[in-house]
Amino acid sequence: MAEFTLPANSVVKQGKLLEAPEGSTNIRRFIVYRYDPDSGENPRTDTYEVDLDSCGPMVLDALLKIKDQMDSTLSLRRSCREGICGSCSMNIDGANTLACTQSIAAIKGDVRVYPLPHQPVIKDLVSDLTNFYAQYASIEPWMKTDTATPPDRERLQSREDREKLDGLYECILCACCSTSCPSYWWNSERYLGPAALLNAYRWIVDSRDEATGERLDELEDPFKLYRCHTIMNCTKVCPKGLNPAKAIAETKKLLVQRKM
Amino acid sequence: MSNSKHPTSPHMQIYRLPLTALLSITHRITGVILALGCIVLVWILAAAANSAVYYQAMVPHLQSWYGQVFLLGFIFSLYLHFCNGVRHLFWDVGYGFELETVDLTAKLAIAVAIIMTVATWAVAGIG
Repeated sequence: MAEFTLPANSVVKQGKLLEAPEGSTNIRRFIVYRYDPDSGENPRTDTYEVDLDSCGPMVLDALLKIKDQMDSTLSLRRSCREGICGSCSMNIDGANTLACTQSIAAIKGDVRVYPLPHQPVIKDLVSDLTNFYAQYASIEPWMKTDTATPPDRERLQSREDREKLDGLYECILCACCSTSCPSYWWNSERYLGPAALLNAYRWIVDSRDEATGERLDELEDPFKLYRCHTIMNCTKVCPKGLNPAKAIAETKKLLVQRKM
Repeated sequence: MSNSKHPTSPHMQIYRLPLTALLSITHRITGVILALGCIVLVWILAAAANSAVYYQAMVPHLQSWYGQVFLLGFIFSLYLHFCNGVRHLFWDVGYGFELETVDLTAKLAIAVAIIMTVATWAVAGIG
C-alpha cells in the first residue's frame, strides 16, 4: 500500500550551516541531505556555502569541493565524472539526474541535493540499490538461445535489426528513471520499474534472442509491467536521453499483438 | 523495504513533478470525480422521472453555490478526462512518446478541456 508520508525515522531535520571562507565573491548555497547511520539520529539537511569562482561547473564538482575542503564526512558515489558510469545519480533541484552532467549554472537559487527518492539510505547520498539490481537480474539480461551457434562465425544480425537496439542498449543502470516513478515508489516490491523494463524490451526485440515468448510470459503480470501509467517521469529524467516509457508501451503492444 | 532500519529518502516531499506527472494524477482524480458524480446524475434523472414536484424540490440545490461548483467541476472533469484519455489511446498504439510531444499534448488536453467547459457553460446558460 502506498505511503505518501515519510516514516518517523526518515523525517528530515534542519542541520548545520557551513559558511564560505572570508573574501568569497560568488557564493552559492548547497542544501545537502545528510544521514549518519552511526548517530541514531534522523536525517538532516546541511547547508554549505560554496564559492563558485573556485569550483568546477557541475554539481559533482561542488560536492567534491565540499567533501575535500569543508566537510570530509559527506558520502556520495562517483566514478567517471562524464555521464557513463551512472554512479553519481541523485535528486538535484527536484529531479533525478547525474551530478557530473548537471551544470550548477542551470539551477536557479539554492541547489538542493537529495539521494534518489524513496530508497533506503545507507549514508548521506548513498542509497541501497539492492532491490533495483535484483529486478534487473530478474529479467535475465543475457542472450538466450536454443539453436547452436554457427560453427564458423558469430550470430549475425541485419543492420535493420541492430538498429532496433538503439535507444535501449545505452542504459547505464543509474536508477534515475525507476526512482523518479511514483508507481515505483508505491510498488517497488512488485513493479519492475522503467529501467528493468527497458532492458527487458532490449532483449525482447533482439533478433538473435530465442526466448522472446518466455520473456513476454514473464512480464504478463498486473504488477511487474502494468503499474506503468505513462506518467513520463522516467523519460523526463533519463540522463542518456532514452525513453523507457516508449519501451514499456511497445512491450504492452507485443503482449496484445501475440493474442491476435 | 519497510522492515529496514534505514531511513527512506524523501520522495513526494522534494520531487518537482513535471506537467505530464501532474496531469497523470489529475486524470486519476477526475476519474474518481466522474464516478462519484454519476450518483448525482442518477439522482437528477430519477427526480425528473419521478414527478414535477420532486424535480422542483431539487432545482434549488443545483442552482445553489455548491450545486454550481459541482456542475462546473463535473463538466471540467469530464472534458479533461476525455481529452487525456485520447492521449492514452495514442500511447496504447505506440505514438506520442517524444518529450516535445508529451508536453504539447498535455497542454493541448488542458486547453481544449477549458475551452469545452466554458462553451458548455455558456450554452447551458443560454438554454
